[in-house]
Amino acid sequence: MIGLANIDYFEPWWMQIAKALVIFGVIFGVLPILTVYERKLLGRFQHRYGPNRVGPFGLMQPLAEIVKFALKEPFRPRTSMGFLFRLAPAISIMTAVGGLALIPWGNVQDIFGTRTGLYGIDVSVGPLYVFALGGISFYGIVLGGWASGSKYSFLGAMRAAAQLISYEVSQGLALVGVLISAQTLSLTGIVNAQRGMWYFIPQIVGFLIFMVASFAETNRAPFDLVEADGELGGGYFTEYGGTGFVAYLFAEYVNMLVVSGMAATLFLGGWLLPFGIHPPGWVDPFVVLAKMMIFMTLFIWIRATLPRLRYDQLMSFGWKILLPLATVNLLVTAIVVVH
Amino acid sequence: MSTASDYRKREESVTMSTESAGMGETHELLTLNIGPHHPATHGVLRLIATLEGEVVRDIKPIIGYVHTGIEKTAEQKAYWKAIPVVERMDYLSYYFNAMAYCGAVETLLGLEIPPRAQYLRVIHLELNRIMSHLVWLGTSALDLGAMSMFWYCFREREAILDLFEMSSGQRMHTRYFQIGGVIEDIPVGFAAKVQKFVDEMPTRADQYADLLEKNEIVLSRLRDTCTLDKETLLGLNVTGPLLRAAGVPWDLRKAKPYSSYEHFDFKIPVGSVGDNYDRFRVRHAELYESTRIIDQALNGLPDGPHIADDRKVVLPPRHELATSMEALIHHFKLVTEGFRVPEGECYYPIESPRGELGCFVRADGSAKPARVHMRDPSFVNLQATAPMVKDSYIADLIATLAMVDPVLGGVDR
Repeated sequence: MIGLANIDYFEPWWMQIAKALVIFGVIFGVLPILTVYERKLLGRFQHRYGPNRVGPFGLMQPLAEIVKFALKEPFRPRTSMGFLFRLAPAISIMTAVGGLALIPWGNVQDIFGTRTGLYGIDVSVGPLYVFALGGISFYGIVLGGWASGSKYSFLGAMRAAAQLISYEVSQGLALVGVLISAQTLSLTGIVNAQRGMWYFIPQIVGFLIFMVASFAETNRAPFDLVEADGELGGGYFTEYGGTGFVAYLFAEYVNMLVVSGMAATLFLGGWLLPFGIHPPGWVDPFVVLAKMMIFMTLFIWIRATLPRLRYDQLMSFGWKILLPLATVNLLVTAIVVVH
Repeated sequence: MSTASDYRKREESVTMSTESAGMGETHELLTLNIGPHHPATHGVLRLIATLEGEVVRDIKPIIGYVHTGIEKTAEQKAYWKAIPVVERMDYLSYYFNAMAYCGAVETLLGLEIPPRAQYLRVIHLELNRIMSHLVWLGTSALDLGAMSMFWYCFREREAILDLFEMSSGQRMHTRYFQIGGVIEDIPVGFAAKVQKFVDEMPTRADQYADLLEKNEIVLSRLRDTCTLDKETLLGLNVTGPLLRAAGVPWDLRKAKPYSSYEHFDFKIPVGSVGDNYDRFRVRHAELYESTRIIDQALNGLPDGPHIADDRKVVLPPRHELATSMEALIHHFKLVTEGFRVPEGECYYPIESPRGELGCFVRADGSAKPARVHMRDPSFVNLQATAPMVKDSYIADLIATLAMVDPVLGGVDR
């Protein structure tokens, strides 16, 4: 039987708060660096330098930009719906941050004489929790697009509605193969089940489907139709400026981090290292972070390379190729596991 | 109050939808205003698109946002002073604008252009054609979402602009072409740099092809989208790569050679289907052909003067001013009044990167043209956009607009 949350050891309340603060702080410290990293890497792909003026190696660039965005006039269109217009980016960023709690950064460690799991929470319904948050984050995009009172935002929101629903199905199905193999829904349990072999190898099809669907879920190229700067001029956040825009931007990056973390956990063995290397426990978070950076680099690389799909092509790809493939993958995994 | 409201009225007079009837209660057409400051319109073009969901049912292009009155301005200038004004119409093909205008005036004057000047013109025209196509390729790829192409194309464009700077001192709007030839002979080292560029360009074009033509997403985005047959295109008077993509090998460089284009061996890329992919392929293939023409013109560059030796039209060489009274008088006369052109009119068409660029000049015997008019291909080709994009997706509308490649400076003039 699966309970809602099987916590098999006790953590004092102050440790839980400390963990939440540390995870939040570290991620929001990494986030600005990631934006610089993306722009630097894109610059390298595109035969230019990227930001290199503010601070050493341009690392202070995001700081300057956050200040700039924060000082912007909180402009909104006359046709927008004030409350929803302000609420939507908040929904996006909150659901994105909520996903961070799930990523297991390491095994249970001994900190200050307290047994502590190096993760926000370890619920026994791990992936479902992430999908639930993904479902809510979709409100952030659709509400934002709809409440803007702009036709471009509206079209972007409609695209988001179709795209996120279509691809969440494939993403979920691709995961079920892993869940069947690991026989657990707990993310730490899934990592521990990968001690022999990372699921990246036996579940290669599921891995690829998960990655493709993740690109669509995070609205990254080549599935960035929701933003589609060439056609819709930004899509759902066309009308957002200042802090609202920053919230959406950060939500996108946090979503990328969460998806990267999920991929690293589910398919690349989380904090485990290959060839029987067992570093001390404090190294684990860095291993996870390094694996996440691999996926982040992939996200950026694809963005620099691939053009955007068209709306109908996106839908037919999702429903006619990805979903049947994910179903077959699930079926094959189930047969193999049962026998 | 008055001007603004008049303008709104005129906008309302634009028929918004073509299929308002029979849509039922569950369907509604959406009127979307694209532009004039939309990133994909490549300038200040405004499109009023009627959408049914994501499908474009109709578009109405609205132009006039960069109307600069250049044609009228040219009438106020002496013939040779009109060149820089005319150059600024289609800001991506300034050599072509200058060529069409100079060609018309030269025809009216009955001026013989020295072969070296003709070859130098060809070199610069074809460099300009590559440059214009590079901007088209970069921005089109950007509209498709392939952002890196933009920088790769602009890298080569920079090399061309450097060449322009070397030969004329300016990167854009160079005023290099004069009535009678070109203003200066090419500097030492220019030929070697052009040769280096010509040797490099085909490999660069290969790289663009590798990036785009082997990409499944690009192919599915371009193939069989927004096809228009050649009869419709000819009926709309469309010329240039758009027409050639539909299978009509019409190129004025072959059909009615000017500036000794008949000396060069080059092919005209022709499409077969007339979809966006053919439009893309035709322009891409022209990169190679233009490179070949430059190579031939550079290696067969004849010796001789770079400008006609007609002191009534062409400025005397600078060094003669100190020694020759006659040269000084000519110089003074040309700079103050300019030269007079005998009465008559002339239409001089050339093949610009976007199609037939014709310049009509009417002379009334004075030192200023009585009328200058450009038949700009962007303007004519733009009207083919609406039949092309009917019943296609909005993303294809953007892609098609990129493939039509209108330059709004040329559309509005």
